[in-house]
Amino acid sequence: MAKYKMHVLVCGGTGCHASQSDLLLDNLKTIVADKGLDNEVQVIATGCFGFCEKGPIVKIMPDNTFYTQVTPEDAREIIEEHLIKGRKVNRLLYVDPENQEHIADSKHMGFYKKQLRIALRNCGFIDPENIDEYIARDGYEAMAKCLTEMTPQQVIDVMKKSGLRGRGGGGFPTGLKWEITNRSVSDIKYVVCNADEGDPGAFMDRSILEGDPHSVIEAMAICGYCIGGEHGLVYIRAEYPLAINRLKIAIEQAREYGLLGKNILGSDFSFDIELRYGAGAFVCGEETALIHSMEGYRGEPTVKPPFPSVSGYFEKPTNVNNVETFANVPVIINKGAEWFSSIGSEKSKGTKVFALAGKINNVGLIEVPMGTTLREVIYEIGGGIKDGKKFKAVQTGGPSGGCLTEKHLDVPIDYDNLIASGSMMGSGGMIVMDEDDCMVSVAKFYLDFTVEESCGKCSPCRIGNKRLYEILDKITQGKGTREDIDRLRNLSTVIKDTALCGLGQTSPNPVLSTIDNFWDEYIEHVTDKKCRSGQCKALLQYFIDAENCVGCTACARNCPVNAIAGERKGIHVIDQTTCIKCGACMEKCKFNAVYIK
Amino acid sequence: MLFISNNTGAKMETVKITIDNKVIEVAKGTTILKAAKEAGIHIPTLCYLHLHDLNIENKPAGCRICVVEVEGRRNLAPACVTECLDGMVINTHNIRVLNSRKTVLELILSDHPTDCLICAKNGDCELQTMAQEFGVRKIHYEGEQSTYREDTSPAIIRDVDKCIMCRRCEMMCNEVQTVGVLSAVNRGFMSVVAPAFEMNLDHSECTYCGQCVAVCPTGALTEVDHTNQVIRALADPTKTVVVQTAPAVRAALGEEFGMEPGTLVTGKLAAALRRLGFNYVFDTDFAADLTIMEEGTELLDRLTRHLNGDKDVPLPILTSCCPGWVNFFEHQFPDMRDIPSTARSPQQMFGAIAKTYFAEKIGVKRDDMVVVSIMPCLAKKYECQREEFATDGNPDVDFSISTRELAHLIKQSNINFNDLEDEDFDNPLGESTGAAVIFGTTGGVIEAAVRTAYEVHTGKKLEKVDFEELRGMDFIREATIDFNGLPIRIGIAHGLGNARKLLQDIKDGKSSFHAIEIMACPGGCIGGGGQPLHHGDSSILKARQKAIYREDAGKTIRKSHENPYIIQLYEEFLGKPMSEKSHHLLHTHYFDKSKEIKVVE
Repeated sequence: MAKYKMHVLVCGGTGCHASQSDLLLDNLKTIVADKGLDNEVQVIATGCFGFCEKGPIVKIMPDNTFYTQVTPEDAREIIEEHLIKGRKVNRLLYVDPENQEHIADSKHMGFYKKQLRIALRNCGFIDPENIDEYIARDGYEAMAKCLTEMTPQQVIDVMKKSGLRGRGGGGFPTGLKWEITNRSVSDIKYVVCNADEGDPGAFMDRSILEGDPHSVIEAMAICGYCIGGEHGLVYIRAEYPLAINRLKIAIEQAREYGLLGKNILGSDFSFDIELRYGAGAFVCGEETALIHSMEGYRGEPTVKPPFPSVSGYFEKPTNVNNVETFANVPVIINKGAEWFSSIGSEKSKGTKVFALAGKINNVGLIEVPMGTTLREVIYEIGGGIKDGKKFKAVQTGGPSGGCLTEKHLDVPIDYDNLIASGSMMGSGGMIVMDEDDCMVSVAKFYLDFTVEESCGKCSPCRIGNKRLYEILDKITQGKGTREDIDRLRNLSTVIKDTALCGLGQTSPNPVLSTIDNFWDEYIEHVTDKKCRSGQCKALLQYFIDAENCVGCTACARNCPVNAIAGERKGIHVIDQTTCIKCGACMEKCKFNAVYIK
Repeated sequence: MLFISNNTGAKMETVKITIDNKVIEVAKGTTILKAAKEAGIHIPTLCYLHLHDLNIENKPAGCRICVVEVEGRRNLAPACVTECLDGMVINTHNIRVLNSRKTVLELILSDHPTDCLICAKNGDCELQTMAQEFGVRKIHYEGEQSTYREDTSPAIIRDVDKCIMCRRCEMMCNEVQTVGVLSAVNRGFMSVVAPAFEMNLDHSECTYCGQCVAVCPTGALTEVDHTNQVIRALADPTKTVVVQTAPAVRAALGEEFGMEPGTLVTGKLAAALRRLGFNYVFDTDFAADLTIMEEGTELLDRLTRHLNGDKDVPLPILTSCCPGWVNFFEHQFPDMRDIPSTARSPQQMFGAIAKTYFAEKIGVKRDDMVVVSIMPCLAKKYECQREEFATDGNPDVDFSISTRELAHLIKQSNINFNDLEDEDFDNPLGESTGAAVIFGTTGGVIEAAVRTAYEVHTGKKLEKVDFEELRGMDFIREATIDFNGLPIRIGIAHGLGNARKLLQDIKDGKSSFHAIEIMACPGGCIGGGGQPLHHGDSSILKARQKAIYREDAGKTIRKSHENPYIIQLYEEFLGKPMSEKSHHLLHTHYFDKSKEIKVVE
């Protein structure tokens, strides 16, 4: 076996893949081979590094050199300069936005400094298509320990003691769920991995499956051992081809190694995993809907109880956990419940992966201990707001969550604090908004999503969300009234109170939280007919400044609806009743005479 | 734990709850809705449907009208599916509940057409009633309405703009009938109940049993209305209009005029039809007797040949008078289409005899005669349009209207139904026996067949014509009747899902029956898709069933082969059962209608 001096890790996650990281990988491999470095340098594709903002990423080990935005053409320079001559390629290094310094070691990057990667421990570090690399990182040790040294109840006790809570959004204690499923009496039980990630902007589950599929497989087997089930099912979106492929390879390799299948490691325990593909319906992330979809029925939720842990897939006890939840399990077994519960806040233990998106400098995937504040996440890890703009809000929890503001920035992030602040953890989406974002439009955006994704089974969600959307739309069109805000509130409360599943029960959250936190903006929209961020086109008015206008007629000639009148060399005027607010006049005016009010 | 005794004297586990400040004790597992009912509290429901006597329950918990407040819970709970737990404190009408309920109703109404005045369900719509009861005067959440194309089939109209997604039809079609045509498609605001691939009903495997229509709370599913054609025929002086009325109609029509369920209105029915202007008021019951002659003879013939060792003769024989059932096996079990009797349904036998024997008798040309049937059924509308039941394009039965349509016709013709004096049917096609009347309920056809087959086969007179063992509401029933030492094993199924079970047994070679009666609708024709709506009260079906047996018991002649006009018909026209003429006029053949669905990869 070759003993490599250097490792070139190329991000093979979906984001970097889309920016030709596969070509980059090929080039690196070819050039390494050409230079006869095969025995000294290993080039592999890894899972996601999280720093998607600056992909494709190439990391050189052991010196932790972190190259960003690497193109396939950069391959030669990296090899010739860095690997052969030992000179780092300065222009590809990450530049600290504050002091413009090139950072050679990723440990010193603000993006990584505050992170603690447990669920993402192997992402961007190992080749996910090679089981040996996983095993070399203590892979399958936890399963072996469980099967040979521990009873199912002992494992469950560790899980309970660790304080791990479901990372899919609900935050239900994982150990307790395992225990309930364990106590359900049945000949067949199922372990289901919920990989139907659907929050807009969230991609932690995909990244884990792409970067470290074995951690999920190992955890599912441990769960099967605990609940007394031999069948594992991964419900995964068909839109995740790379994750599906890596998962398939991993399952195959685990079978070859006897880590899945009959009598695993010579024990009495047998376990295997099958994949089930989802068609991308958001509601199928709700566990009862997910189960119905797997059964071949329409993906619609049913009332709980009965909970899946009592009656789930084909009415058999079924333990449903999310990908990220599973990814934590092997580490907890290996390092112990005390270690895990020492991380995080009082009621939320361990870490949480967040997908940073929106108006933030470092868009990407991060993992931080529970209890980290929003300020740390946004300013230290996220690198602050783009283009030096002012922070306005952060939306957490996806379409089910709410918008938090300046006053929430120092709230330590955990399940309970986020709910107390009027939002929720959800699966960990975090969308940052700046002063250019209109909060009514933001609420409308999320409602648009839930209207689209409602299954239609219960009336409050099917019709109520549509009505919420319509009222919000009316407000952004400048046709809203003060009563509309009251109607939004009442309707939101009723939908939360009466909807059948988690989707409907939380869909009004973006409306309520924006009304609560941005009351003035709503009032401005309905009484002053103004949108301070200028997002609501219908509320804008274009004017021509008489002092700057030279009467060149450019605006009038380019107005598609002939709303501008004025003689040549005379001052022009916009007829507000005809103006469609397209902005063509402003674009064409060379004298900055057109302005918005 | 608390225990109370149930009716059987056995102890059962109970829980104690407080509902609207009332402390009650209910059996463990009882839902809040049922517990409330026990406590005399009426919680309104919309999607929920419980046909208690048939063990049919629809509770998707989708409409969210029945929500109640359970202390300690974050959200309101749907009473229809939430089980009572010990110590639960429930409030069914505080301001939070009332506001939520009314808002949800307003939401449903906001996506519902407001053409109530011209809706087929006007006055008989559960949504309309609820809006009235809730005192909705304004819809605070008006907005876009979801629209969908209208779909008209030979028997059923789907106007899903009026669908409230209660899913009752879907439950009936899939779980009870196992036809599987209707299911929810599309998402969210655009979701509707439709056949797969959103095809039209007449391209699907729909049997037109009409059970979807029978349970639809709104005007989303209704029958194709043929009353105007009937009015036109009655107004045409060149036409001789003959009407026949099915047995189950007389046991239900009264409900449309405010009478108690189970009121028999046979005499008023005949009188009303005469007032409407029908030239001859006949009875499908006559044709039911005729069916027994043909089907009973076929049964004995097949049985005798089978017992004599002719293994090519298939047994059991299945009844064929239910057109929904015929459609079902043509679609779902086409390879078994030689098993049902070849006898046409009473409706079609009547039409064939009316337009030949009777037309000749009164000297009217076939083309000048219009045969109208009054049926508890929507599949009959399709049946009479089948090509094989027409001569040179002229159908044996021109129009089939439902019990509900007849009620409308009577009302718009200024007839005070309740005050009508009883009248008799006309002869010769209006005379019938008790055996014919019981065709209207599950188990009736086979009982009628047994009465005749027994006497024909054994040559002995039946001491007792009531075969209690064949009666009831159980979905699948079986009985063995002693034919003078020969045990005849009889099976009965109503509801197509139960029919499927028996049919599958036959297919798997596991069936030991000699004869099986099948009715598509739960309860048989008394629960047909064309009957007055029961709105989830299955005691109505039971009352109709009792009425049917009452009518039978009151008849002087109770065996089909003793009907004097049937005897006369054979003497004057047909010869004997299963004669060549009978075959031509009274028997049929079945088609393979299984659909080939190609999935393009």
